[in-house]
Amino acid sequence: MSLLTTLARLEAVRSGHAEPLATVRHRHLAERPMLVVPLAAAGETGAPLAVLLGRDRDRPRLLTVPQPLDRERRFAFLADLADELLPYLESFGEEVETLTKESRDSETGEQTEISRELCLDAPQLLVPNRGGVELLGLLGRSTRFRRTVEDPDPGPYPAPTRVPLLGRWLTHLRERAQVPGSSLLLAMTDLLGRHWATGQSMLEDQHLGALLAWIDPPDGLTGAEAALRAETARDGRGQLLCPPAGPTTDPQFDSGLLAPAIVRYDAARQLAGADPAQRPDPAGRQSDAVLRAQVGARERDIDGLLEAVLLPVWEQLWHGLDLLRQLPPAAHLPDRWTGDRWSYTAHRDRLAAGEPPQPVRDDAVTAARKLAQREREQTTVGVQEALDDPLAMAEHRLAGEALAGVVTGVEPAYDTSGKTSRPRPLVTVRTTDRPHAEPGAELHRAGGPSSQRAQLVTVGAPSGSVTVRLLNGMGRKKDPAPGSVPEVGEQVCFTLFELTARQSAPLPEPEDTPWTHGGPPPGAMPAAPATDAGVRTGMGTGMGTGMGTGTAIEEGADR
Amino acid sequence: MDHVESGALRTPIEQRLAALRGSAPQRSLDARALAALAANPGCRRRAVLDAAGVDKAALADRLGSPAPFGQSPFAIARGLRFESRVKSNGCAELLELLRGQLTLAPPYSAAEDCPVRLAELVTDPKLPAQRVASTRAALAEAADSPGVWTLLDHPLLRLEVAGSSVLLEPDVVAVRPDGRWTVVEIKSFPILDGSADPAKVGAAARQIAVYVLALRATAAELAGEKPSDDPYDPYATPEGLAGAPTDTALLVCPKDFSNRAAAATVDVRKPMAVTRRQLDRLTRVEQLLDTLPTGTSFDLDPVRDGDTLDRAVGLLDAVYAPDCLASCELAFHCRQEARCAGAVEALGRGVRGELGSLRTVDAALAAAAAAPTRGEPGSAPGAGAVAADEAAARLAYAAALRAEALALGRAVGATAEAGATADASTGAGGPG
Repeated sequence: MSLLTTLARLEAVRSGHAEPLATVRHRHLAERPMLVVPLAAAGETGAPLAVLLGRDRDRPRLLTVPQPLDRERRFAFLADLADELLPYLESFGEEVETLTKESRDSETGEQTEISRELCLDAPQLLVPNRGGVELLGLLGRSTRFRRTVEDPDPGPYPAPTRVPLLGRWLTHLRERAQVPGSSLLLAMTDLLGRHWATGQSMLEDQHLGALLAWIDPPDGLTGAEAALRAETARDGRGQLLCPPAGPTTDPQFDSGLLAPAIVRYDAARQLAGADPAQRPDPAGRQSDAVLRAQVGARERDIDGLLEAVLLPVWEQLWHGLDLLRQLPPAAHLPDRWTGDRWSYTAHRDRLAAGEPPQPVRDDAVTAARKLAQREREQTTVGVQEALDDPLAMAEHRLAGEALAGVVTGVEPAYDTSGKTSRPRPLVTVRTTDRPHAEPGAELHRAGGPSSQRAQLVTVGAPSGSVTVRLLNGMGRKKDPAPGSVPEVGEQVCFTLFELTARQSAPLPEPEDTPWTHGGPPPGAMPAAPATDAGVRTGMGTGMGTGMGTGTAIEEGADR
Repeated sequence: MDHVESGALRTPIEQRLAALRGSAPQRSLDARALAALAANPGCRRRAVLDAAGVDKAALADRLGSPAPFGQSPFAIARGLRFESRVKSNGCAELLELLRGQLTLAPPYSAAEDCPVRLAELVTDPKLPAQRVASTRAALAEAADSPGVWTLLDHPLLRLEVAGSSVLLEPDVVAVRPDGRWTVVEIKSFPILDGSADPAKVGAAARQIAVYVLALRATAAELAGEKPSDDPYDPYATPEGLAGAPTDTALLVCPKDFSNRAAAATVDVRKPMAVTRRQLDRLTRVEQLLDTLPTGTSFDLDPVRDGDTLDRAVGLLDAVYAPDCLASCELAFHCRQEARCAGAVEALGRGVRGELGSLRTVDAALAAAAAAPTRGEPGSAPGAGAVAADEAAARLAYAAALRAEALALGRAVGATAEAGATADASTGAGGPG
């Protein structure tokens, strides 16, 4: 946490409600996003229990698995989930714009025109917390390699074709969610935590109910009181009034309500499936239809229980969305959303081209590319947020990486070393910022002509001011172009960091992977068999696992 | 160790701890609790309550801030199912994993079919002393018969921590044909595509480290040596029998999404070193007890007044940090205390470092409200706070920047609302 965030948290403690951490909204929000609240079965890896999803606040769709250990019910659930999600995910693939780019062949020097399609919009999924993002990723991992009836060797449990397709989409969304600033799949706790500081720790902010309680406490309660109530208040049956936002359910819910309901469901199903001759006496007389109806009733009991714990989270998710929509959007959002649209389009094209599912592990080149992209995006997001939001820029000013203030004097000056003299005006800014740089250091002007640079001349003479010399962006004439030099009384801002991310050196194509990195990957390489040797105990190099950038994202969220 | 075998409380320290506990039965510490204790070694409250074996969950209930923990019956059932599966058929699956993952010292090799023996241990949970003794006997016997795999299923080990003894129960200890002992830990989180959740593996490694330390202590006793407790060389491995326990353990987890087992060796030298250092640092519990007034008791007898209990707990200094919420039953109580006192640690462990000598929310906000020494434009330099404390000055400066940015944001927001044009929204990117 930075000092400014800490300060905002301290203020929140005093005021009793969350304090703003941003003056604008830094993430794109779709007009009608898809909201998803997934629940996982405790103890089982990636085993879904239920999901509540939809784009309409009043009509969420509930899908459940009444017995999480039942493979067939689980598969049926995933097929249903695919039916719900795939039409939405695929619906954006139709409307495209065509972008053309001139490109010169490096060998022949021939000019060619490359045109590419870019989807006009892309889907957006909102889940309650990071656990939800992880769970969707796990579901993607567990389904994208599933064999279907269309496979030459369908195996004993073939899945409908849409199930692996859903897995590939979920995997893609999960991957994209690791790119800083992306908005295809977002966690509500991250979104709210980026824009508000609560009077509690970041750890406690992971509880969606408590976080919302701080941001928008109910009448008559302080944020702390409301958050405590969200965390601990239980009803007469010992159930939480504000159920956890998943992906796991409250253990007391599991033991007190869900487990008995599942036992009853199992019993009813056993009875219905048993040979009539072996049924115990009272059941023996009942017809199959009655028994099946009982199974249905037990299943509806479970649905009712799960719906009761999901609906409050559903409302919280919409509440959070309402709060976020009240913030004005940041200026760079369309830019970054274009990146998301490219990502969506690329995945659409890969599916259309019949490429195999994403491998379990990326090859060296793909992994390096992904890391490079995330690092670049991290820098870009940091700069763009600073440009969009004075509060984000304040972080840089506090760190001595930027200075801002009002212009108190402009002194025309010229560089006469060349044939023609060029304008190099001196601008004096009244500011208490102390850039961590020596005179002579290069500065970049934010909010002025694009890529205008300046040079630091003096700091603190006279006291409380900084003088810089503008170096470019003033036109070719002897006098600076109008508007290119700030006027006295104008608010200006200069940064020590560049305002665009640098492109990294190009990486080779996967088939040119050098032998130092394992050489070219063998063939199309579908699911590479995973070896179990050597579990990472700590933060490894992060190559291929995205761990390195994972921390980078968290740091980014801190600001 | 005589007093253990008879089960009576002989040492004065144990008598004093029993007096603190009152009539309630003793809650024995487990490896998870020790790992948590090592994570927050400065917390005297936890050290004393754990040493005395007070049921902290029940205590938290009585104090009105019940513990937020509990494990789902589904997760417990899954864990038990997986463990019994790994151990079924005379640990056949486990042995295969051991042979596949461990490298034996020559002349033995893992591929070679060494005979396998399952040690017979006392399993009655009511006889902890006998269980410890039978574990020792089984280890001693296994040490005398090289060339055999001996598996100890749920052995019980003793470890001295901060003056009181802790009983520890690893899932399996395997005595290998080459005479080394390997701890096997069975967990129900998956090894997915060859890697597992680093946080969970880390927690398991800390837990295993405690087992290896206890095993080292047992080995040293069997060898008739003093356990090496040189904190300056945590990586030193003793010679001979005392060095039999390896510092590499085997972690057995479900493979991917299936019920089959996968295993990986986990090097626990680092968590061992950390744990040993932290445990050594734990203030000797005697010294902590000396600071308590006579007659202090944490007896959970329902007739006792809640306030007396609250006061008794208040006598022990807690070191609260938000991380405690994940591991300590009393965390909600300590959090309440920290918030009432306005302690800045309630906002996060790192906050205190940032704020220097400013320990409370009020003090920090007062420093922030003071005129920054670098001064808002226009304010007379040097007025208000003197740069006595750099943290306070920085905070005041941060507060000025924040106020300025918020005002600017509001102004831009107002323009955007008034104008409601596209220009206004691009203007939002104006200078900070």
